[in-house]
Amino acid sequence: MTYFADVATLARKDLLLELRSRDTVPAMVLFVVAALVVFNFSVPADAEERASYGLLWIALVFTALLGLTRAFAAEREQRVLDGLVLAPCDRSAIWLGKGIAVVAFLLLAEAVALPAFHLFFEPVGLELVAGVLLADIGLASVGALLAAMAAASRTRELLLPLLFLPLVIPVVVGGVGASIAEDPGRYLAFLGLYDAVFAILSWATFEYVVTE
Amino acid sequence: MWLAAAAAALLVAGLGLALFWIPEVEGDPAFPIFYLHVPIALTAYACFGWAAWKALRLLWMRESSYDLESYTAVHMGVIFAILTLVTGSIWAKYTWGQWWVWSSRQLVLFLVLFLFYSAYFMLRYSVEPGPRRANMSAVYALFGIVLLPVSFLAIRLAEDVIHPPPVVVTREGPQITDELMLVFVVCLAGMLALAAALYTNELAGKRLDGSLRELRESLQ
Repeated sequence: MTYFADVATLARKDLLLELRSRDTVPAMVLFVVAALVVFNFSVPADAEERASYGLLWIALVFTALLGLTRAFAAEREQRVLDGLVLAPCDRSAIWLGKGIAVVAFLLLAEAVALPAFHLFFEPVGLELVAGVLLADIGLASVGALLAAMAAASRTRELLLPLLFLPLVIPVVVGGVGASIAEDPGRYLAFLGLYDAVFAILSWATFEYVVTE
Repeated sequence: MWLAAAAAALLVAGLGLALFWIPEVEGDPAFPIFYLHVPIALTAYACFGWAAWKALRLLWMRESSYDLESYTAVHMGVIFAILTLVTGSIWAKYTWGQWWVWSSRQLVLFLVLFLFYSAYFMLRYSVEPGPRRANMSAVYALFGIVLLPVSFLAIRLAEDVIHPPPVVVTREGPQITDELMLVFVVCLAGMLALAAALYTNELAGKRLDGSLRELRESLQ
């Protein structure tokens, strides 16, 4: 039970920090809306309407990326990560706590992005919402691990997109498929599979990323 | 040394057979490239698999020498992945008239893998050498081998909605006869021997480089 108490404490720390500083979530919200507006001007008028679902997914992935570049900023600047690694808790709890915080930030950004998409472009269906929720888990689990890697590197913000984007191509495929296919079930199942596989892998390997 | 010789002999034999012994495939003058392209692709998979295996050993045994082995295997894998993209592109041009076809699963998968493993080098070059870099590289190499089947599945799923279903790729491949299989296996063995020769050579070079650096540091 202490494991989950540790996770809850770590996630609470991130949420509290965000509540006080308001650094990340407002930036993500503004970014995703700005991206949707840019897309409006980048697609030819006679383009197929369904193409806008693809653009929504690009916006969501890049918004997640924006949030993730800041995910370990506080830990790095104040050298908190060293303390956390030394703390008597399982290291994977750090990953899980961070992942939960990232999911919370993503949900807040999407709470604005999806209604905005509905207003500007196409209707948002239930299968799209389900796809977004499943994708959030995958994006956060892979993202929290890669953000920890990038935070330890010299190039930091530059490195994260290079590591992150090739890994989340399957998420985009699953998400777009769930939004536009006639049988979204297969794509939702694929997103679930991706979540399970990469969450387990990230959970098991996070320890090695933060320790020597 | 004997690996390189075996690779040369097998590849010359295999390609000679492919060019002069196998009957020409009707309507596909570029078909002999099959004997180059597919073994190269399989060799790239083998390199990435080997890298992941060494990475797993590193994380499991905490033996730092596996780091260099995993790195060298990724290095070879990326070279063979680039060759796969190039030969695949040539084949696509001759068979379908275009240098790039998104409907070719193999090519798209290799593009994803190429992007993924190129970032591996970026990661390595921007982290200070040491056990932490070894661990991170190993974790990344493990992610790669898991991403491979997941991406393959994703590309198959994407064909149904995102890309138009393949229209030009409906050509039925020639029936694999015993002769074709023999030539293919010879080519594959040659390519694997080539990769192994390059791998051992590169590994020896990198080890030498490392010990030279240590020596220089101890002299200073």
